[in-house]
Amino acid sequence: MTEKDLPALSIADLQSFLRRREVSAPEVIDALRARIEAVDGQIGAYLSLDIEAAAKEAEKANVNLPLGGVPVAIKDIINVMGQPCTCASKILEGYRATYDATVVQKLRAAGAIPFGKTNLDEFAMGSSTENSAMKLTRNPWALSRVPGGSSGGSAAAVAAGAAFGALGSDTGGSIRQPASLSGVVGFKPTYGRVSRFGLVAFASSLDQIGPLTKTVRDSALIMNAIAGHDPQDSTALNEPVPDYAAKLGDDLRGVRLGLPKEYMIEGIDPQVKGAIDAAVKQMNSLGAEIVDVSLPHTDYAVAVYYILATAEASANLARFDGVRYGYRAEDPRDMLDLYGRTREQGFGPEVKRRIILGTYVLSSGYYDAYYLRAQKVRELIRQDFVKAFEKVDALISPTSPVPAFKLGERTADPLQMYLADIFTIAGNLAGICGISVPCGFAEMEGHRLPIGLQLLGKPLDEARILQIAHAYEESTDWHKARPPIANAERKA
Amino acid sequence: MAGASDLDVTYVARLARINLTEEEAHAFQRQLGDVLKYVEKLRQADVSHVEATAHALPIFNVFREDEPCDWFTAEQALSNAPRKANDLFIVPKVVE
Repeated sequence: MTEKDLPALSIADLQSFLRRREVSAPEVIDALRARIEAVDGQIGAYLSLDIEAAAKEAEKANVNLPLGGVPVAIKDIINVMGQPCTCASKILEGYRATYDATVVQKLRAAGAIPFGKTNLDEFAMGSSTENSAMKLTRNPWALSRVPGGSSGGSAAAVAAGAAFGALGSDTGGSIRQPASLSGVVGFKPTYGRVSRFGLVAFASSLDQIGPLTKTVRDSALIMNAIAGHDPQDSTALNEPVPDYAAKLGDDLRGVRLGLPKEYMIEGIDPQVKGAIDAAVKQMNSLGAEIVDVSLPHTDYAVAVYYILATAEASANLARFDGVRYGYRAEDPRDMLDLYGRTREQGFGPEVKRRIILGTYVLSSGYYDAYYLRAQKVRELIRQDFVKAFEKVDALISPTSPVPAFKLGERTADPLQMYLADIFTIAGNLAGICGISVPCGFAEMEGHRLPIGLQLLGKPLDEARILQIAHAYEESTDWHKARPPIANAERKA
Repeated sequence: MAGASDLDVTYVARLARINLTEEEAHAFQRQLGDVLKYVEKLRQADVSHVEATAHALPIFNVFREDEPCDWFTAEQALSNAPRKANDLFIVPKVVE
């Protein structure tokens, strides 16, 4: 194992090398830094890096801890003490976190080293990372295309071997969709399974932190570290946390998988459909029983989401007012002028659009027609899943109807961009868990573009979903494929 | 559900304390008009027998003892302030 090859390793393999003392934690940091220097100029996954802090942590790493000496990249919407937390917004330029998010504390306690803050759509609002006010992130498989979003920096970093694993956040698909488009594993836990304390809030009833990794096992290892109750977050469920990694290994015999008929929509790319059909066949051949199910209120999910998520965002983002932290407009005449110009200059267009929409649907006279009605339809969507899960252990669908689209292709039409999340949004509305795993490639304009398979599971049934995803992954080589940028660099 | 034409972007932006240029107001009016038109489909859902969900999982009131603990110092709380003095945030005059 040369230092150059180290960053290609999974977390599980890296740990074996660390524990056999074939490589030291500081050497791992050096290798990762070299890798980032080699590729991130082209990819643009990271917003900030503090190599010195990471190197210091590495010096005292205890490799026998569950994630001892493993660097983990953090989406720049999660607070890491002393580091910037920009949310890819001008309004938080220069901000330095004064505390660790609970997930970061837990990663540290497990021996992991928080390493670098990754790019995202501003305040996690978007599906391509193009709404970042800081920089463009490119898909490692095709530099002219988006990595997905909003956790696009985390997904691209893992795909390019510029991170061993990363944390993202998923409000409507923001972990699973970029994982799918960038060819990595992305896991959204049940709402409340992981503490949100220290995650800058976008839509509080939907947001959930989870891992992006090269393999399902790596996601299980990170989940072992970050899941569980937190006195700082009243929505963090007080339920026992199983050892997710220890439960991997079962085959698919006796597992019942549901195919929602409403997900067979027009507009699914034929190559995506082909890959999903092949994956279903594969899982069937591994012993899983395939069952047709119905989620009758699917067609309402995107509409419900854009009412509820914007309503919650309009309240959550009221705190960015130029008073206590972040950007403040110059020479304000009075308070209203300070608020109005600070927010005009600090927020990008998508954030403004969503705050305005959210303010409107909550405003007097419209609340019942929009917000209350959307909450009720949300309940219908949740009940669809409850009924489906009476028949099956997990649901299968594409993660995204299309592979990675071109930079700039969808930015002019916000509604088109919203429809990119059509298969992932309902999972957040219902509060259930879900994963995206690589299941093939689409050939487009000379590029191989990754395709992701989504598995959705019952609330708190993370262990089962990870186990099913792992059994599928073990039977394929999709997760072993690396983007051209990885191979080109390694040959050089 | 009210028609999309009811949305006055300039007025709502004022409620949200966001100044907009005329260009932005114009673009948002059109784009959010499209989104409101799209969400009109919710009118077709029968919600007559449904209670609204606030959260996806049954979370009831969560209580803990109200005990003081070590938290931010004034210095930490002010460390990101755009303007500060004497352990206080400085803002424009509010009362004439």
